[in-house]
Amino acid sequence: MPELTTPTEIRTETLSYAESVNAALRRALTDWPEALLFGEDVALPGGVFGVTKGLRRLFGERVFDTPISESAILGGAVGSAMMGARPIVEIMWADFALVAFDQIANQAANVRYVSRGRLSAPLTIRTQQGSAPGACAQHSQSLEALFAQIPGINVCMPVTHQDAYDLTLAAIADDDPTVIIENRTLYHGRKESILTGGPVEPIGGAAIRRPGSDVTLVTWGSMLHQALAAAESAAAEGIDVEVVDLRWIRPFDADTVLGSIERTRRVVIAHEAHTFGGFGSEISAQVAEAGIALRVPLVRVGTPPTRIPAAVQLAGAVVPDASRILDALRRAAHDVAVTVA
Amino acid sequence: MAALTVHLEQMVRIRQFEEKVQELRAREEIVGSVHLCNGQEAIYVGSCAALDLTRDAVFPTYRGHGWAIACGVPLVQLFGELMGRTVGVNGGRGGSAYFTAPDYGMYGENSIVGAGAPIAAGAALAATFDGSGRVAVAAFGDGAMNQGSVHEAMNFAAVRSLPVIFVVENNSYSELTPIASMVRIERLFKRAAGYGMPGARVDGNDPEAVASAMSQATERARKGAGPVLLEMLTQRLVGHYIGDAQQYRPAGEVEASMAAEPIGRLTRVLAGLGASADVLREVEARVSAEVAAAVAEATAAPLTDPTSVLEHLYA
Repeated sequence: MPELTTPTEIRTETLSYAESVNAALRRALTDWPEALLFGEDVALPGGVFGVTKGLRRLFGERVFDTPISESAILGGAVGSAMMGARPIVEIMWADFALVAFDQIANQAANVRYVSRGRLSAPLTIRTQQGSAPGACAQHSQSLEALFAQIPGINVCMPVTHQDAYDLTLAAIADDDPTVIIENRTLYHGRKESILTGGPVEPIGGAAIRRPGSDVTLVTWGSMLHQALAAAESAAAEGIDVEVVDLRWIRPFDADTVLGSIERTRRVVIAHEAHTFGGFGSEISAQVAEAGIALRVPLVRVGTPPTRIPAAVQLAGAVVPDASRILDALRRAAHDVAVTVA
Repeated sequence: MAALTVHLEQMVRIRQFEEKVQELRAREEIVGSVHLCNGQEAIYVGSCAALDLTRDAVFPTYRGHGWAIACGVPLVQLFGELMGRTVGVNGGRGGSAYFTAPDYGMYGENSIVGAGAPIAAGAALAATFDGSGRVAVAAFGDGAMNQGSVHEAMNFAAVRSLPVIFVVENNSYSELTPIASMVRIERLFKRAAGYGMPGARVDGNDPEAVASAMSQATERARKGAGPVLLEMLTQRLVGHYIGDAQQYRPAGEVEASMAAEPIGRLTRVLAGLGASADVLREVEARVSAEVAAAVAEATAAPLTDPTSVLEHLYA
């Protein structure tokens, strides 16, 4: 990992989620001369979501626009990373990564292994995913399980503003390829105070966002805020929910996740992706393999195996929300002595 | 003449390596899918003679044994790799289709057709920032000319004037199918014009012609003038993979290719220049001893320890 573990100047900044990512990119480009940033519309326009705004002006040619060519973007990242650059590329929508999935699954993921560690590909792929009102089926998928299935890459899903800053820097600093899946619906929402300039954390590590003793609610990505809302509603019903945010899909923090489940022995897993073959299936399997004696059967909340429709009421019928998570929490906690206020 | 003799020796080294691989594969001392490059040696030898492998980077396809040898990777490391031994260049993790030896400018074969082209463009991209003066070579077959990744790479390289040379090893077959039945144009290099870069057809069975074209292209690229597409005409003397019966090849084609193959041809050139009649025999004897020693050393080396199988996935 290149030198960036020393704090520069720790500051409190009030930023949107998109600005938090931007601040991390700005710091990476400032502190690492080998960092490059490229992708479709990221330079002069500042990205279609405005995440890379202003960076071209600050860093000149190190920030540049590419043709609409995902293979060239990702292959360009692999090749330049092999040569000592530290490329950060944007794939506008995660769905578009599939156009050039070869460069992630067959190329980036292989470099270190087949060269017996003499080469590596320290690249960062930023993208975003998920359903939003009116987004069509080719702009709505939740693909983290697909990425996480590939040994050789890291996958993270920052949800809080602080994580948008911290995980982006951790990913860029890491010496292996990392896919960051950002949260589109949060980009230009409310601003929050975050700390910038602190030491760069290593990759990995889940976060307990809300401690609780009755049920462990494991979640990540777009479902975190819905999960926290559901946990508050559950609390009002006397169910004390511990909310675990994975943050990193790979490396998977089994200690934190399974540790929490061992304490509560009741578990709900909530994600936006399809439950069939989703990353929740992996966690379910790990719970079983760890031999954790659950008090009640594990409950998964996710999207049924369907394409994602554009119409709001149709998408709403399949994509989970706080009320569906609350239902799941009630099922998981049915044997808890509940005293409804 | 000295340079030609060096070319001859390198081509013989590649040919004998491939012949030995075929023999070891038949005895199952090497297993799995192997793609030999017999007949195409002049491309690798001529190209590498024009490169500065202390800084340049070569990205070939799965038919890349010849590139590795021309880059100077020791034969024992290559045989060892095919046999899964500790002395293998990648300890058996790469195998035939993934020889990777960055110390020799060999940045990895690739078994996905056309995938190396954007990666080579990326290596060239890094050169535009790091001041290394590196030129990257993306080498692929004629079949790869129809892969989207290759088109994306050529456009990307052209628009950014990247120091990358796209080398098409046109052996007239895309795997088992004649390239002529897969494209409407006869001269593949003409596609270069579509991306605003120069292209040329090169006699790929003549190492000097290859070296000359590559020298011009690398000089141009190092000056910042951008990429070039070089179509190198050659013929494969063997199947697409070991075991390919080649029933799709018309009668007499391989025999005709043999008459034009680069080793015999260069031997005749040398004879015309007054070289000893024994020049080829001497080179063959020397290389043959070298190959035998490399095989013996690789065979004597221990198999890579299975307990190391999970190493090198992450930093």
